Amino acid sequence: MRKFALSKQTMNIARTQSSLISGSFLILLAILVFMLFGFGVEGEATFRLSRPSDPYALPNLVLPAESFIGIASLTIAFFGARLIVKAPKEYSVIFAISFFLAIATFLVWATAGKSFSLTGMLQATVVRAVPIALAAMAGIMCERVAVINIGIEGMMLAGAFAGAFFGSIFGSVLGLLIAIAVGGIFGLMLALLVVTFRVDQIIAGVAINILVLGLTSFFTSHLLKKNPHLNDTAVFKSIQIPILADLPIIGPMLFRHNIFVYLAILIVFSTTFYLFKTAYGLRARAVGEHPKAAETLGISVIKTRFINVIIGGMIAGFGGAWFTLGSVGRFDEGMTGGRGFIGLAAMIFGRWHPVGALLAALVFGFADSLQQKLAILRTPIPSEFLAMAPYIVTIIVVAGIVGSARPPQAIGKAYIKEN
Amino acid sequence: MKIELKEISKSFGPVAANTKINLSVSSGEVLGLLGENGAGKTTLMNILTGLYQPDSGQILIRDQERKFYNPRDAIKNGIGMVHQHFMLVPVFSVSENVILGNEPITNVNRINKKEAREEVLKISSKYNLDVDPDELVERLPVGVQQRVEIIKILFREAELLIFDEPTAVLTPQEVLDFFRIVSNLKKSGKAIIFITHKLHEVIQICDRINVLRRGEMVGEANPKKTSNSELAELMVGRSVNLKTKRPKINRGKVLLETKNLQVMSNKKEMGLSNINLKLHENEILGIAGVQGNGQTEFIEALTGLRKISSGEISYFDKRYTNLSPRKIHKMGIKHIPEDRQKQGLINEFSIIENVVLNTYYEDAFSNNISLNWNSAKSEAARVMKQFDVRASSETIPANNLSGGNQQKLVIGREMSRKINLLIASQPTRGVDVGSIEYIHSQIISARNAGIGILLNSTELEEIIALSDRIIVFFEGKIVAELSSNTDPQIIGMAMAGVVN
Ligand SMILES: Nc1ncnc2c1ncn2[C@@H]1O[C@H](COP(=O)(O)OP(=O)(O)OP(=O)(O)O)[C@@H](O)[C@H]1O
Ligand SMILES: [Mg+2]
Repeated sequence: MRKFALSKQTMNIARTQSSLISGSFLILLAILVFMLFGFGVEGEATFRLSRPSDPYALPNLVLPAESFIGIASLTIAFFGARLIVKAPKEYSVIFAISFFLAIATFLVWATAGKSFSLTGMLQATVVRAVPIALAAMAGIMCERVAVINIGIEGMMLAGAFAGAFFGSIFGSVLGLLIAIAVGGIFGLMLALLVVTFRVDQIIAGVAINILVLGLTSFFTSHLLKKNPHLNDTAVFKSIQIPILADLPIIGPMLFRHNIFVYLAILIVFSTTFYLFKTAYGLRARAVGEHPKAAETLGISVIKTRFINVIIGGMIAGFGGAWFTLGSVGRFDEGMTGGRGFIGLAAMIFGRWHPVGALLAALVFGFADSLQQKLAILRTPIPSEFLAMAPYIVTIIVVAGIVGSARPPQAIGKAYIKEN
Repeated sequence: MKIELKEISKSFGPVAANTKINLSVSSGEVLGLLGENGAGKTTLMNILTGLYQPDSGQILIRDQERKFYNPRDAIKNGIGMVHQHFMLVPVFSVSENVILGNEPITNVNRINKKEAREEVLKISSKYNLDVDPDELVERLPVGVQQRVEIIKILFREAELLIFDEPTAVLTPQEVLDFFRIVSNLKKSGKAIIFITHKLHEVIQICDRINVLRRGEMVGEANPKKTSNSELAELMVGRSVNLKTKRPKINRGKVLLETKNLQVMSNKKEMGLSNINLKLHENEILGIAGVQGNGQTEFIEALTGLRKISSGEISYFDKRYTNLSPRKIHKMGIKHIPEDRQKQGLINEFSIIENVVLNTYYEDAFSNNISLNWNSAKSEAARVMKQFDVRASSETIPANNLSGGNQQKLVIGREMSRKINLLIASQPTRGVDVGSIEYIHSQIISARNAGIGILLNSTELEEIIALSDRIIVFFEGKIVAELSSNTDPQIIGMAMAGVVN
């Protein structure tokens, strides 16, 4: 087929325009970074990369704050100018580097004259990403078969409660299994509501959230408060992977965790394998995209949706158990703190792909751990603002970057089988 | 192999879609199935493929009764169907679509991609289907998508292949290819049921013809002895005028004019360059051309669905470019889109909601706070009566209508409002002969009343029968402007880009 000169030319104009906008944005960012952090900083920022006890200790990374901030903002401005002048096709890498520099500048500014454990923050990033990633996996399991699951937050809260309560009675392993089962039961409930009775999917999910919130707070005040020994479970200890755990930076980041982290990574990769390599996964995706087509090939839309939503619920239950069995060992009301919803954002950000969602969860986990660690550094920013960081990142990501993501086509629609 | 249906009945609430239908088909035979819109053809085939369960009656295969509780049972018994509205997952590759539900697997349920590819290639070359197993289905033209559907059935080793209006969406060239495929299949011993509204097609490729009317089997015809008009009469129950009369009339002043119109296409296809045309009052301007030569983009530009990059459109001497579809609609420009399910209707909405879909805000249906459902309902009833849309009630969702009735609903909606210019794309796609007669007469009388009509159709016969003037699109350009009594062969050559 012939191409027209016209379309190419118009495309060029469109490209120049968007790189003009993006370039100006970067220059603005550079100015902002410099104005905010460039004045009145002194001394050196010391980043600790290892603990003294580590077998292969790395020396501290010491950066002169003032010149680092100056150089970084100049670099961002340079990138912006280059974008405007050259209008390259791809500039996501330039954007990523610029954002990285902006965040680094912020860290250097906050650490100037003090010292800060970088490795600790990265380790916390991974830990904080776990519940978010698991929530995203639960969401992917459901949405890939076209069921919207707003109820993940509630399912996680139920899992957290079940983990704490049954863990206190039967020990943490059994507690974990029961938490997973409880998640599965709420998955079943969602499937019954939306697949069988065709209740609006958003409403059904919200109903589950409210139900679980009510139930857990009732049992907390009437059961756990009076019997503190029922809210005191052993937690899973961290397992060091031999050799790998001793690597600098990577070791503490990835190989010194409890089973929740390892299993979460396993779940991410098995979900990917299931969805994109297996026959069942192919059927599940077909049911999410074009259920009628799946039906004509003898695939049961109803059954596929039930199974996937229940598995999604189980993953959410597991993610919920992290809050109690994998972390503090006790249940507090509302302790999931919106991680289920952030998980849904990670799912969208990751374009309904498990690995993408994991990377998105790490971004959110980073924001989460940043606010926690910065609180220790005593910056002039009020801690309430820092606590908002993960949610602000969520809003920016969902509103700004995601825009064009394409969900499964049949999403939100009930399937009516004729006969 | 012989497949028989005995005394099959099926009702949807008050609608008897099938009443005591008998039918049989054997290996190496092509059975044509004719019938008006809503006669029950698709329903009967859905019963045969296990998608619906009959209220009563039997299915016999090799003289043994079989019960199909779901499509899987029918597939196991060697029955496969290419549906009226394709059943393909757009974001899947060809081979993924083919194997779906019957995947070749290795350990832990992992799909054997290599085997899948090879199977597709094997079937593709055996029947001369020429399909790339790795391409995404959404990137394929309709004709190729249909071949994917055929491979899907053959992959399941079907002995009976059912085609529900397969030619409705094909270009003339693709229709020829399709006929070749059908005769290959027949030669290799498959049984075939072929549903169509184009009478000459059944005469051309079928061995026997069955006719349904209002859910009942009303007769058989021998393709060697029958004629178009006999078949039409058998279908509709009265004699049908197959030739459209178009009285001479002087055209009025210029209604619509485009000057140097340039439009961008979706990434891969071509755009439009330098489209100049004039459409007058009292005139039907036909757009001929093989699909995908810019007609769709042109109509989308006129109706506000696609941005114009340069050039201008004027309407009643007033310029309009890049107005919203609603504003254009309000100016009296009505649009019958080419894809009724994607652009013409909201499938889940009721007939009533669909009838007021683009007029709900008008005084007749709204007081600016709430909608007046009573007047919407009576408007729906009026459209249904006037355009013979057959349904049990106005409140059923559009996707419970038969394909042709969906089409008539869209046409009825667009043609019954205040209107100066009608842009009609494939207006009679999937519509039965009786209704074509009516729609054509409506278009002609609209033109006689002073309306300008832009008619885009891949049916050359339709273009020739209705148009006062014909333009031909090729590769995003108008390559010829011809009078209505031009030799069809010359039009056909222009459609292939050959002009002298
Ligand atoms: N799922 C359904 N619910 C209610 N009514 C239905 C349903 N499917 C079909 N019908 C009705 O049954 C009748 C037969 O429809 P069918 O689709 O079989 O017609 P058809 O012969 O295929 O027509 P066409 O040529 O227009 O495709 C129509 O009146 C239609 O409205
Ligand atoms: Mg039909």
